[in-house]
Amino acid sequence: MTRYVIIGGSAGAVGAVEAIREVDPSGDIIVIDEEQNITYSRPMMVKYLSGEVSLEQMLFPTRDFWEKHRVQLYLGKKAVKLDLLQKTVELENTERIGFDKLLIATGSMPSIPNVEGINKKGVYTFTRLTDALRIKEAITFNKAQKAVIVGVGLIGISVAEALAKLGLKVTIVGRRDRILNQILDHKASEILEAAMKREGVSVVKGHTVQRVLGKKDNGDFVGAVVLDDGSSIECDIVVFVIGVAPRTELASQAGLKVNRGILTDKCMQTNLPDVYACGDVAEAYDFVHGTNRVLALWPLARIGGRVAGYNMAGHKCEYPGGTAMSALHYFDVPIISAGLTVADKTEGYETLVFNNQEANVYRKVVLKDGKIVGITLVGDVENAGVLFNLMKNQIDVKGFKDALITGNFSLISLPETLRNQLLLGIC
Amino acid sequence: MPYGENEMKLVYAHEERCMGCGLCEIYCAVQHSKSKDLIKAFKRESPKPISRIKLLQNKPVSLAVQCRHCHDPPCVFACLTGAMHIDENTGLVMHDEDRCIGCLTCIMVCPYGAVKIDLNDSKVVKCDLCQGSDMPACVENCPNEALTFEEV
Repeated sequence: MTRYVIIGGSAGAVGAVEAIREVDPSGDIIVIDEEQNITYSRPMMVKYLSGEVSLEQMLFPTRDFWEKHRVQLYLGKKAVKLDLLQKTVELENTERIGFDKLLIATGSMPSIPNVEGINKKGVYTFTRLTDALRIKEAITFNKAQKAVIVGVGLIGISVAEALAKLGLKVTIVGRRDRILNQILDHKASEILEAAMKREGVSVVKGHTVQRVLGKKDNGDFVGAVVLDDGSSIECDIVVFVIGVAPRTELASQAGLKVNRGILTDKCMQTNLPDVYACGDVAEAYDFVHGTNRVLALWPLARIGGRVAGYNMAGHKCEYPGGTAMSALHYFDVPIISAGLTVADKTEGYETLVFNNQEANVYRKVVLKDGKIVGITLVGDVENAGVLFNLMKNQIDVKGFKDALITGNFSLISLPETLRNQLLLGIC
Repeated sequence: MPYGENEMKLVYAHEERCMGCGLCEIYCAVQHSKSKDLIKAFKRESPKPISRIKLLQNKPVSLAVQCRHCHDPPCVFACLTGAMHIDENTGLVMHDEDRCIGCLTCIMVCPYGAVKIDLNDSKVVKCDLCQGSDMPACVENCPNEALTFEEV
């Protein structure tokens, strides 16, 4: 009987457990996680913070998921060492767990800048449920009214929305020239920034936070942040969301090949047989870039976990590949972007754009050699998946490229043969 | 798997017979309204009921699409909350609207554009093949058999 051990109990583990059980109903599955409570949807934390969902509503996977899939949980226990010769995982309490097949799905850690005053009360990150609980407490009990969010990525924007909804005065600070610079082009970024400002959020670009100051009457608590130009912003809480880094320590120490993330092949296997990796901690195939890289995205973690699970259980299958892909729905602006957002004509890219400023509708498709390599849609996004699928399957769109950015683009805009193939599930 | 693929029935669109009348959308909305009554649903209900089938037109062609209940559903694997899921008994892709936060991730990956945004509620809605009825409302009310309900 095979013994499967999974380190990390989030999206990757869910995908892997489902896949393993489809193939192997009887093997032992063990999931180790250092968090006591893992049954919550991480992306829903922000909705819990804003009060839009209850803890009960954010249970993911469902309460009975682990039991139903007969998974033995080791919670509140940190894996500290891998012995890949003996095939064991060592826990903090020196307990050793043997495995036949191992999946490393340890995710990523928030990067925390080394600034003065970072240990003051009221400084947070936003990765775990406990972060959301603490921020909520600061607002409810300590009556925090002003917040500074450091970082203009997806999490920064989402926390800004949640806190603005709660009535806090929010300032978001980023060192880039635009918000969401990694996900959006200039135009889409501008549209979202305007919407944020309409909701009362102050946006400070091109600056960093250099120091966190204490309150005048109690220096232990956050009172303000000082920016690189010497100006200061008063606040009661600071949330640092400047990015995440893959948690590769276990793998590196054990001698697995690690670049920025753990290297994996198309089966999500590391450079050693029986040892797999997926999600934020792994470098997996990006079908737009044509190379492996770290993409810290929930859907890709679950699919990567699924592929790893199948292979661990002996059913060979390949990771279809992912790419940078983000759906955003903050400050009432629906945005979907995937693949390349900014592309240079001199490198052979063709960019098609439709912009209706008044309606806040913006559509952009980037092509290379007749195939889609980038999509940005703002406002009307309902058919984004049709474009995404054309991109993913590298379908030649030369013959109907002008239709791609029209407002009424949908499945029916595709040539009849292609449309029918899609509807029959052929591609 | 507890269900056999051959037991699954899906709605198929036949574009050569579709007149683009839009009755499928009307009856789908009624079926998913509070009152399930045509006139009440459109005249009295607020928010207005939303159709889960979409009539696509690119004249002279028209075609209605709805969730294809994919065998390997990208929306389910992409869903951030577990709202999109595969029903254990039927194998159909179902959506638990109470768990949906309207993040639009499913919309990003649906190859058919078959998930709809419900702006009233900031969530998404999709076809459930009219669970509890023998025949989906869109098929039953299509005047020219442009929609049929057949085994996969």
